[in-house]
Amino acid sequence: MNVVSTRPQKIHPHKFTLWLAIGSIIMMFAGLTSAYIVKGEQPGWSTVVVPKIFYYSTGVILISSLTMQMALKSFKERNMQQYRILLTVTATLGLAFLVMQILGFQQLFNSGVKLEGGAGAAQFLYIIFGLHGLHVLGGAIALLVMFLKAFSARVRNYNAIPVEVISTYWHFVDLLWVYLFVFFLVKS
Amino acid sequence: MSNDALHGHPEVVTTHDAHHDEHHVHHHKETFITKYVFSQDHKMIAKQFLITGMVWAVLGGLMSVLFRLQLGYPDQAFPWLEDILGRWAKGGKISAENYYALVTMHGTVLVFFVLTGGLSGTFANFLIPLQIGARDMASPMMNMLSYWFFFGGSIVMVSSLFVQTGPFSGGWTAYPPLSALGDASPGSKVGMDLWITAMALFVVSSLLGGLNYVSTVLNMRTKGMSMTRMPLTMWALFFTAVLGILSFPVLLSGFILLLFDRHGGTSFYLSDIYIATTQQALPNEGGSAILFQHLFWFLGHPEVYIILLPAMGLSSEIISVNARKPIFGYMAMVGSMFAITILAFLVWAHHMFVTGLNPFLGSVFVLLTLLIAVPSAIKVFNWLTTIWKANIRFTPGMLFALGFVSLFISGGLTGIFLGNSTLDIHLHDTYFVIAHFHIVMGVSAFFGMFAGVYHWFPKMYGRFLNNTLAYIHFWVTLAGAYMIFWPMHYEGLAGMPRRYFDYSNWESFKQFAELNKFISTVAIIVFAVQLLFLFNFFYSIFKGRKVTTMNPWGATTLEWTTPIRPGHGNWVGEIPEVHRWAYDYSKDGRDFIPQTEPIGPNESHH
Ligand code: HEM
Ligand SMILES: [Cu+2]
Repeated sequence: MNVVSTRPQKIHPHKFTLWLAIGSIIMMFAGLTSAYIVKGEQPGWSTVVVPKIFYYSTGVILISSLTMQMALKSFKERNMQQYRILLTVTATLGLAFLVMQILGFQQLFNSGVKLEGGAGAAQFLYIIFGLHGLHVLGGAIALLVMFLKAFSARVRNYNAIPVEVISTYWHFVDLLWVYLFVFFLVKS
Repeated sequence: MSNDALHGHPEVVTTHDAHHDEHHVHHHKETFITKYVFSQDHKMIAKQFLITGMVWAVLGGLMSVLFRLQLGYPDQAFPWLEDILGRWAKGGKISAENYYALVTMHGTVLVFFVLTGGLSGTFANFLIPLQIGARDMASPMMNMLSYWFFFGGSIVMVSSLFVQTGPFSGGWTAYPPLSALGDASPGSKVGMDLWITAMALFVVSSLLGGLNYVSTVLNMRTKGMSMTRMPLTMWALFFTAVLGILSFPVLLSGFILLLFDRHGGTSFYLSDIYIATTQQALPNEGGSAILFQHLFWFLGHPEVYIILLPAMGLSSEIISVNARKPIFGYMAMVGSMFAITILAFLVWAHHMFVTGLNPFLGSVFVLLTLLIAVPSAIKVFNWLTTIWKANIRFTPGMLFALGFVSLFISGGLTGIFLGNSTLDIHLHDTYFVIAHFHIVMGVSAFFGMFAGVYHWFPKMYGRFLNNTLAYIHFWVTLAGAYMIFWPMHYEGLAGMPRRYFDYSNWESFKQFAELNKFISTVAIIVFAVQLLFLFNFFYSIFKGRKVTTMNPWGATTLEWTTPIRPGHGNWVGEIPEVHRWAYDYSKDGRDFIPQTEPIGPNESHH
């Protein structure tokens, strides 16, 4: 007996699980940004000037989303050569993004904005951007695994599911960043 | 590509490539390690959750016995306690600091590790694939990780009992500043760091599990198993998982900010604090302890439904099977669970009525809170209507399910008192609250869990539990639960506050001295009877009466179409197809019609 689906096109469980996980991550950041808003209405709130470098890192992560999409496309076209190159570019851009975030933190820190004592926009910035960075790092590690797989000759794999999963995640952390960045620009 | 082989689940295999396909054909050789320890079989993982939960329940229960000894006999010392417990009971008495540590651990452990991890972990894992007709979870690998994160969290939490400054002692809600300042109390030092670490691991475990449960229910149902043909257990566990996925991350963000306050010097939750013990004024300014309460209760309230919904689902199923009647109002049951899930996110501030919350906002939360009474009442009505004029089989599982309904009604009624912000001014932080939430959530969820264990034990171990012991267990626990918690309402109405170590110096509460002795004595007896249950459980795994038929309860659902001791993959041949809903009992002159039986030509509609 073939267990066919009860609905027309069924989504692969792993992809579906990813969407759920994305919902979960959104809730975490929603919690943090709501905390920001609640806190911002209280006395003693201090604002922060978002360092310029975060504008550049925004550009970098947006481009990496593009290359990720192209990588997925080449994978589906079985153009493995191009897929590997694009995957490498994406991972590199991801790492560049992380480095820029750290540089941004450093700039802020050197300009005298510390964690101690305060609980204003800057402290939230460190934590929220930092947590976002961890999520990008997770994605970059997954890309690295994909990357190693793509170069290992032994495993010849044309299953697009893992590539689709990681690319969806990658677009998600990109969008999440845009949301967080705009949130901070508007709010501080 | 992931390794978590989807064990020959046909609908998944088709989307995989050929290379992956062959992986399914040869059966794995199972070693002791892969079968009992790092198992990826949902049934084994369920048993791991159950037994870990039992260990936790014993520890958490023992803690309540210890602090009940103090509350019942505040002026007496029990020197033998020191021999067993060492520094926890110096001179045979529990110190105030230890009392708070015990209460905190008791609450944390029972709420999270027993009734969330233990309850959902056991029954979501065990029942979801069996009742929807799947060979395993969407990702058995994540499922295994979920258990091991739970285990890791458990180890860390237990280890906090042994550090020199003791475990965290600021209450299971971990409000700052007690949770944020190491100098605030001994338990706020390493104990609190371990507490946060353990809870973070626990949250990860819950998320891994929850993602899997939802994904499995939505994607891996067998042919013909439409959502509305699922047993109510599935709906309940599904909504539970949704609640967890959306609320635990918010708790995590609260904890992250807390960690920064503890170790990063930030002051999200801290402001204008002077610590008496160190005679120090802290520089922190502008923080808000109420912010933590918002983040905490945004999980905290859904959490009580995370505990309750599985118990509701299990009881619905067991009541219908043993009443030999279809569940009354199936769609209304699903609808009320859905309503509860939505409302659960909108009522958290009823825990904060007396924090200086804007009274207008408070009244909105009163309204939303009292709205929950509607779906709750619908469910109660449906359970009662299901057993109305039924030919009930009083199996131990059925008794516990009925006990659940009774406790849910009793505890739900006092919730209406507490949901009114004006009444709450008097009642909050008194024993009335303790009585309310123990009955409605603590004990009733335990009853749902016991019902589930008694009912599905034959499927888990291929043997029955002993009935005589089960009946003793049921009656003593039910009577005991009411004797312990009912009187606490009166204490609370009289204004007796919770979280106090000794009430004997209080003129107004001296009247309760004898009552407290009584409560404590009953608590010890009830605890002892739980040990009897544990004996029954472990004895029956090895020596219980053997199950000889595939479907001992005459139930319609799919789990009873598997072999008596199903292997990994559950069905030997193909997964059966489903043709009807799960509640065709006493229909057209037949006792029950399994879900796998096609609709007959002359069959009546339900
Ligand atoms: C024999 C069974 C039990 C007894 C006798 C018992 C007794 C108590 C008492 C007297 C307190 C209040 C202590 C104080 O505030 O000073 C308490 C607190 C608490 N109990 Fe239980 N309990 C039992 C089972 C449970 C169960 C099954 C749960 C699971 C939900 C639970 C959850 C809690 C929680 C969350 C608290 C609040 C802890 C805090 O204040 O931080 N208890 N228990
Ligand atoms: Cu609540």
